Amino acid sequence: MTVTWAHAGPSMLAAFLASLVEFIEALTVVLAVGAIRGWRGAIGGSGAALLLLLAIVVAVGPALTRIPLDMVQLGLGTLLLLFGMRWLRKSILRAAGVIALHDEDAAYARESAALRGLGGIGAGWDRIAVATSFKITMMEGTEVVFIVIAVGAAGNGLLVPAGLGALAALLVVVGLGIALHRPVAMIPENVLKFAVGVLLSAFGTFWVGEGMGMAWPGADWSLLALVAGFLLTALAATLLCRRVR
Amino acid sequence: MKTIVSELLALFVDDAGLAVAIVVWLGVAWLLFHLVPAWSPVILFAGLAVILLESVFRTRRTP
Repeated sequence: MTVTWAHAGPSMLAAFLASLVEFIEALTVVLAVGAIRGWRGAIGGSGAALLLLLAIVVAVGPALTRIPLDMVQLGLGTLLLLFGMRWLRKSILRAAGVIALHDEDAAYARESAALRGLGGIGAGWDRIAVATSFKITMMEGTEVVFIVIAVGAAGNGLLVPAGLGALAALLVVVGLGIALHRPVAMIPENVLKFAVGVLLSAFGTFWVGEGMGMAWPGADWSLLALVAGFLLTALAATLLCRRVR
Repeated sequence: MKTIVSELLALFVDDAGLAVAIVVWLGVAWLLFHLVPAWSPVILFAGLAVILLESVFRTRRTP
């Protein structure tokens, strides 16, 4: 299978949007750590986690190319379906008003209050700041790494576009963090999660089908049909949920 | 270690019923692929769409 825009475009977009959501959630906590416990520990903890995540991508990504492609597609496609449909289900329920929307300002206030209650800050590196920033960056970053590998490694040559999408999201969020110095609450997070859920579910279905040896009608372009199919299903579910409530 | 495993599991499983249904359906779709290969892409997607709808409406009834 060769890389076409039908694959590279959606894989880059999926990795960018998914990474944007995850990095925004990490930024909220890192900003709280920086404001309450100091920027040295906040940036140090996040930087260490980002280096570790980069090492994981460099190690795991190429290693997957040694496994037969159909097995990788079947395995990663299944995981991508579990991950993407979980996101899509939750964003449908949030859009329909069944469960509450995620609020970055409220999360920032909660994290700040918790950090204030953890005692004074000594000289040198603040362990609490380093540990908190490291943990949140690792947690959210692990999801980014999974998405980049799952979207990228199941198709020959897609790891680079997926990686570039995630890198672009990181740069956007870091830029917003430096410019605003407050949580990025103006981005409609649930709309992003809805879109990412649709894209990842479509990719998961496509990779599983490829892994099983299915002949997709229209070959790679059927990925776009799957995106449309999941989008229509999710929109219908949201509307029906709202109407019945 | 326990925390890491539970965090990793939480990446993929939120509604256990949804996760189990997806995995079971992939097995069924694999069997059907050998019986009706031409229709298997449509069958695979349709089943997943139904599973998503069932999970959403089940949660709406008992959130």
